[in-house]
Amino acid sequence: MNEFLQQYVFSYLDTKGLTPGGAGNIFWATVYILLVFGGLSVAVIAMNWLERKILAHMQVRLGPMRVGPHGLLQPIADAIKLLLKEDIIPAEADKIIFWIAPFIVVLAAFTVFVVVPFGPTHAITDMNIGILFMLGVSSLSVLGIVTAGWASNSHYPLIGALRSSAQMVSYEVAMGLAVVSAIMMTSLETGTGTLSMIGIVQAQQAQGVWFVFKFFPLGLIAFGMFAIAMVAETNRAPFDLPEAESELTAGFHTEYSGFRWSLFFLAEYSAMIAVSSIAVTLWLGGWLRPFPGVHGPSIAIPHIWPPADPAAPTGALDFVFALCPGISFLLLGAMCFYNVQRMPKHPLFKIQTMGLAGFGAVLGLIGLIMFLPPVRDRVEDIFWFSAKVAGFMYLYIWYRGTFPRYRFDQLMKVGWKVLLPTGLALLILTAIVGMHADLWAQITGGGQ
Amino acid sequence: MTDPNTLSPLDLETPDKTFLDTNELVINMGPQHPATHGVLRVILRLDGEKVLGLECVIGYLHRGVEKIGENRTYTMFNPYVDRMDYVAAVSNGLGYCETVEKLLSVEAPPRAQYIRVILTELNRMASHQLWLGTHALDIGAITPLFYTFRDREEILKIFEKYCGARLTTHAFRIGGLQYEAYDGFEKDVKNFVDFVKPKIDEYEELLTTNRIWLERTKGVGVISGKDCVALGVTGPVLRASGVKWDIRKALPYANYKNFDFEIPVGQNGDTYDRYIVRMAEFRQSLRIIEQAVEGIPAGPIMAKVPKVMKPPVGEVYHSIEAPKGELGYFIVSDGSTQPYRVRVRPPSFVNLQALDVMCRGQLVADVIAVIGTLDIVLGEVDR
Repeated sequence: MNEFLQQYVFSYLDTKGLTPGGAGNIFWATVYILLVFGGLSVAVIAMNWLERKILAHMQVRLGPMRVGPHGLLQPIADAIKLLLKEDIIPAEADKIIFWIAPFIVVLAAFTVFVVVPFGPTHAITDMNIGILFMLGVSSLSVLGIVTAGWASNSHYPLIGALRSSAQMVSYEVAMGLAVVSAIMMTSLETGTGTLSMIGIVQAQQAQGVWFVFKFFPLGLIAFGMFAIAMVAETNRAPFDLPEAESELTAGFHTEYSGFRWSLFFLAEYSAMIAVSSIAVTLWLGGWLRPFPGVHGPSIAIPHIWPPADPAAPTGALDFVFALCPGISFLLLGAMCFYNVQRMPKHPLFKIQTMGLAGFGAVLGLIGLIMFLPPVRDRVEDIFWFSAKVAGFMYLYIWYRGTFPRYRFDQLMKVGWKVLLPTGLALLILTAIVGMHADLWAQITGGGQ
Repeated sequence: MTDPNTLSPLDLETPDKTFLDTNELVINMGPQHPATHGVLRVILRLDGEKVLGLECVIGYLHRGVEKIGENRTYTMFNPYVDRMDYVAAVSNGLGYCETVEKLLSVEAPPRAQYIRVILTELNRMASHQLWLGTHALDIGAITPLFYTFRDREEILKIFEKYCGARLTTHAFRIGGLQYEAYDGFEKDVKNFVDFVKPKIDEYEELLTTNRIWLERTKGVGVISGKDCVALGVTGPVLRASGVKWDIRKALPYANYKNFDFEIPVGQNGDTYDRYIVRMAEFRQSLRIIEQAVEGIPAGPIMAKVPKVMKPPVGEVYHSIEAPKGELGYFIVSDGSTQPYRVRVRPPSFVNLQALDVMCRGQLVADVIAVIGTLDIVLGEVDR
C-alpha cells in the first residue's frame, strides 16, 4: 500500500511532457487545482492593489498609502471589511436566484483555468477541445449576470443585466472569428490543427514564431480584434456599460453588498485574467519566451548550464532568458529596499519600514531561489506566461485611465458593423494565405 | 428636435405598451445618484434605452435663500448668496454687490473693480474646471477630474490668501472690497496664468480629439438658438447654439468694457460645441486676467457707503454673466434697512428646464451627458 502510494505520488514527476490531468493522476491534478486557484486569488488581490496604485499615479495622486507600507495591506483590509459587512438581500428580491447568481459568475470565471497552460506540463489538464471549452465556459458568466439583474427586482440592475447580455453575446461573435483565424494557423506546418491550448503553443514553438507576427499583418489584426473584444467581454472600460456607475449606479450588482459583491469583484478580475490567458496562448506564444526561434551560440557553464533535460535548448540566449525570472524578482526586492530608504524617519513608521524591508527580503530570496538550476528550469515558462498576462492587466488599467465610455448603440455598432465584417474578411484571407503559404513567403521576401 | 412650445407633459401614471408588447419603463434617477450633480431627481420614461421624456423634480436643497434675504439687512445677506452657486461664489457676490450698489447709486472705485474682475474670472475658470472634470467623469473619462482639481486648487489658494475662505468666499462688499489685495497678489495671479496655460492644453489633449469623446458628445443634446432663447437658456449653452450673447459685452458691468476679449460661439448646439465653447472661455478668461493684472490702478478700494444702508424706495434688476449664464438679482427696497423682496434669477435653474427638450429621443447615457453639459449646481437651482 505504502509502495503504491509512493509510486502514485511520484508518477507525475516521471511522465515527461504530460500535464497532471493528462497523466491521469488525480493527486497531482488536485495539487495543481489548489495551486492555480490559490495563485489566482493572490493575483486578484495583487491586481486590486496594482490597479489602484497605477490608476492613482496616472491621475496625479498617490492611491492607498495608509494600510501597510505604500498601502500594500489595503486589499487585505478591504477583504476583511467586505467579509464582515452585513449581507443584505432586498425584501422584494427573488431570494434563491439572488443567492445563486454570484456563484454562477465565480464558477464560470474559475473553471476556465482548468485548461490554461502555464507551461507544457504546468496545467491542470489538457483537453483536445481546450479553447472551445474556455470560450464556452467563460460565456456562461453572462447567465449569472442576467440572473443577478433579474433577481434584484430593481430597474437599474435590470437595465445593466440587459446591456451586459447583449454586449457579451455580440462580442463573442467577433471574438470567435479572431480565435478561428489563429486556430487555422496551427495547422500550417504539421497539416493537423489543434484546439488544445497546449497544442496551440506547441504549434507556435514548432513554427518558431508567435502567431501575432504570423502572416504580418493578418495575425496582428486578429490579435487586435481579440484584444478589443476581450475588453468588451469582461465589461471593462471603455466598454463598462453594464456597470456604468454614472448612469446605472453599479449596474447589475447595485443591490449586492458584502461577500456577494466581493464574489462579483473576484469574478470580474479572474475573467480578465482568463481572457488575457487566451490572448497570450493564441497569439503571444503562451509560455514561450520572446524570440522563441533564436538560440544563439551553444555555451556550457559547469553545474549551471545547460539544463538537466537533454532535450532543452542550450543557446546563450536561452541562458539569458532563463535568468529573467530571478532577475525580475531581485529587481522587485531592490525596489522595496529603495523605498525603505525613502520612508519617513519617524518612529511611527518604524513597523511599516521594517515590513517593507521584510517584503523586499522575501522577494529577493525568491529571486535567488529562482537562480537554482532545477527551479530555474521549472519556473521559466510560468514566469513568461504570467508576465505576458500582467502586460494585459496593465493595458486594462491604462484603458480605464484614458478612455471615456462608449454609449450602448455605439458599442453595438463597433461590435456588429466593424469587428464582425473585419473578422469574416480576416478569416477568409487567413485561409487563402494559409493555403498558399509558400507564395506568401515569396511575396513578403521569406518573412513570416 | 422637439419644439419646446408644443412639448406635451409626461403621463407618468399609465405607461403605454410598446411594439414588443413590453411596458414602457418609468425609472427614477436620483436624488441619490452619482451623476445628477447633487440632489436632482429626474423621472425618466424609457422605451428600452430610449428616452421618451423626462421630468425634473427639484427642491431637495431648498433653503429659502430669497425669504432669508427679506429678514436680513443688505450687508448681512451678502454671505448667503455665496451658498447658492457654491462653485462660483465670487460671481454670486459680485452680482449681489453690484445690484445693491445700483440701488444705492454708488460705484466701486476702479482699483476695487479691477480686483473684482480678476477674482471673478479666476472663479469662472474654477467653475469651468469643476464642470469639465465632472462632465468627463459622467461620460466615463475618470482622469480629467483629477487634473482639473489639481489646477483648481491653485485658484482656491489665491482665494484663501485673499480672503481666508476657499469656497464660499464672501470676497466683495457693497461699495467695493473689504480687504486690500495682499502683498504678492499680482505675482501669484501672473504665476497662475503661466501655470495653467499648458494645463488647459493638457485637458484638451485628453478629450478634444478622442474618438470616443467625439462619438459621445457630437449630435448629443442638440438645442437650437431659437429654442434656447424661448426657454431663457443663457451662458455657454446659449452661445454654443450660435447666439452671441454675453452680458459682459452686451450690458457691460464692472469695468468689462475696458478689456479686450472675444465671445466664443458654437454652431451646432450639441454637447461637443458646448465643450469647445467652455474650453475657449478658459483662454478668454486668461486674457482678461492678464490685462486686468497688468492694469490694476492705485487708489481706494471702498466707495463712500453708509454704515447703515437705507436705499431709497424703488426696485432694481441687475444681471451679470456668471460662469453658468445670466445671474440676475431683482431687489425691491421699501426704504428700510432690509430688502422688501429679493428675487434671484439663477442660470442653473433656467437652463435646467431645457433638459427635457434636449433629451427626448436620446438614450439614457445621453441624459447623463446632457445633465453634465448643462453645468447645473443644485444649490443654485433650489436656492
